Amino acid sequence: MHPVTTAHYLWLSAALLLIGTIGVLTRRNIVIILMSIELILNAVTINLIAFSKYLGQAHGQVFAIFVITVAVAEAAVGLGILIALFRNKETILADEVDLLKW
Amino acid sequence: MPGNSLPAAVELVRFLPETILVLLGTLIMVLEAVTGDRPKTFLGHLAAAGLGLAACAAVYAHSSPGEAFSGMLVVDGFTTFFRLLVYAVGILTVLSSCQFLTRERANTGEFYALVVFSVAGQSVMVASHELIMIFIGLEISSIATYVLAGFLRDDPRATESAVKYFLLGSFATAFVLYGIAWIYGATGSTELTAIRAAVDTQAGREGAMLAAVAAALMFVGLGFKVSGAPFQMWAPDVYQGAPSPVSAFLSAGPKAAAFAVFLRVFETAFGSIGPLWEPLFWISALLSMTIGNFAALVQGNVKRMLAYSSIAHAGYILVALTARSEVGTAAVMFYLAAYALMNVGAFALLGHLTRKGERFQKVEDLAGLGSAQPLAAALFSIFLLSLIGVPLTAGFFGKFYIFKAALDSGLVWLTVLGLLNSAVGAYYYLRVLVVMYMREASEEVPPVEALSGGLRAALLACSAGTLALGIFPGPVLDFVNRSATLIR
Amino acid sequence: MTDTVLFYVFALLVLGGGVLTITRKSAVHSAIYLIISLIGVGGLYLLQQAEFLFAVQIILYVGGVMLLFLFVIMLVNLEQAATERQFNKQWWIALACVLAVGAELAYVLYRGAAAFQFARPSETPPAPGMGNTEILAQVLFSEYLLPFEVASVLLLVAVVGSVIMAKKRI
Repeated sequence: MHPVTTAHYLWLSAALLLIGTIGVLTRRNIVIILMSIELILNAVTINLIAFSKYLGQAHGQVFAIFVITVAVAEAAVGLGILIALFRNKETILADEVDLLKW
Repeated sequence: MPGNSLPAAVELVRFLPETILVLLGTLIMVLEAVTGDRPKTFLGHLAAAGLGLAACAAVYAHSSPGEAFSGMLVVDGFTTFFRLLVYAVGILTVLSSCQFLTRERANTGEFYALVVFSVAGQSVMVASHELIMIFIGLEISSIATYVLAGFLRDDPRATESAVKYFLLGSFATAFVLYGIAWIYGATGSTELTAIRAAVDTQAGREGAMLAAVAAALMFVGLGFKVSGAPFQMWAPDVYQGAPSPVSAFLSAGPKAAAFAVFLRVFETAFGSIGPLWEPLFWISALLSMTIGNFAALVQGNVKRMLAYSSIAHAGYILVALTARSEVGTAAVMFYLAAYALMNVGAFALLGHLTRKGERFQKVEDLAGLGSAQPLAAALFSIFLLSLIGVPLTAGFFGKFYIFKAALDSGLVWLTVLGLLNSAVGAYYYLRVLVVMYMREASEEVPPVEALSGGLRAALLACSAGTLALGIFPGPVLDFVNRSATLIR
Repeated sequence: MTDTVLFYVFALLVLGGGVLTITRKSAVHSAIYLIISLIGVGGLYLLQQAEFLFAVQIILYVGGVMLLFLFVIMLVNLEQAATERQFNKQWWIALACVLAVGAELAYVLYRGAAAFQFARPSETPPAPGMGNTEILAQVLFSEYLLPFEVASVLLLVAVVGSVIMAKKRI
């Protein structure tokens, strides 16, 4: 078996980015769209950790901490907005949000 | 252990404006809680005063230019210009929203605090010289604006606008991050000067591909933030659904900061691989201008029309970015200042003209305004004429410098198409003017109240600024020309 | 050898969990598969000797964010959403875009070894005997002190924002 290199991690991260992007673009349920965005952010951290290891620096890991901070902040605000939407419109499907034309 | 990690006094001075803003935002939140049921307009005035203080601090910080906090922050003319610009947008926004919020029964301190925090985030963005800092500033600014867009929570349009803005905004953020991660891998650093050094050694060789792809990913993310085509689809819905003062803020503050980041990142860090990413700007500029102007032509809703026009204006600014010269940078800075004044004015006034609940947004609803409210009509005309680019207004000089910069860099076709586009644009602005002055008001539409208080002051300041930049552009031009040379 | 096997196991968790997250009907199922995917990512952190981040991933993501997701899923009415069409009508445009981007990324990664230049690894390895957490703390609290402080403002804004959006009346 070949040893695992940095490129393997980059491949994995690119695949996860694609899965997340497909989720964001195709799903109607806003909760699942939010989850797909979390997947993309995790793809970013996989990249950062792999680079950090490869470069022998801790900087990439510090950056990853900031990415996780942002992911948490975004999830909190996103779910808050979702609750406000549900209270107003009783739906969480993205294409039923159609007062404005989209 | 690294030695003394306490920052020097001068570094704290260079970070003083942001410190003031964060303290101000927190203070407003505390005052909101302790003042109970009293009217909250004074918090708006406090926010405006605090933003003014931060502007003074930015000028003071400008007297000791340089880096701070191990290269995280840079204070130079470019930083100072954009800091002052976003503070000015903040002041105009809070002043013009007091009356609006009272009318919509949502005049609470949180609104002002969020505006102040958002401005603080933009200020961090424009002053940073490091991608992590830029990114955190971008997020502070964005998260605050997502909530501001949906601030009138009982209005389904506002909530909808917040949802769309949030989903597309955080999707864009994720792409910016992916780009930054690759830049880190390709260059081993997130500091712009170090990135530039690394990219310079790779330029021209095959290895530069990684940096170029990273640049493209960042372009996607930042393109969303400035609403440049093909990433513009959120803008009309969000601007139309958000409360008008918030639309005013969105179309000026975050956009200016995002363009500042564009300039810093692409010119400072990726300057040497310019030919690889230049076509992206070219295409995006052309698409934004065309889509924005032609879609605005068919809109019956004034707010939505202004939203499409803001896409077109992003296109003009992208033309100047494509020029990739100091003249181009100066043109971007001048245009952003002009655009902030006229667009904040137009959106804020529109918030007043749409009456309670923002129910009257159609072009016909403005009929008879010229005779009923001469002052409001005159101010709206100034903003619209400036958006067209009529001589003696800021918009004229803005467009003039942009197309001059484009011609200097040999972008003849882009200039011609841009000029044709602004001719198309003139039509839909003029249509509003015609309805305002030539048509009689209809019976069903309630009359517009007179302008008063903070809104009046903010609008007068916007129109005075628009005219001043159009008649005496000299001092501002001098300053942007000097600052544009610093960031290379 | 063990490392290689573990990498593929975790990669399978990450990708399998990811695919199931975006294809399940019920949001609760999606959330469970997302947790599996995130645990897989945590495992990759361990393989890359980022122990501190592994802890952060488990506590913050799996413990905090996912709990938040599940709470919200319970708050909003999902029965109706789960019985309806799951994918929007433009899915094929989206899929085409994604395939184009995917092909591009794959091409770039495939040319990989030759076409890419990563930065040169740093010559001075961290001092021996320092744990991962210690090294991280040193970088975080010296070089990245300012972003660390500014990130607290970000969290403050997020707290204020989510309370405004979710509370009963303004």
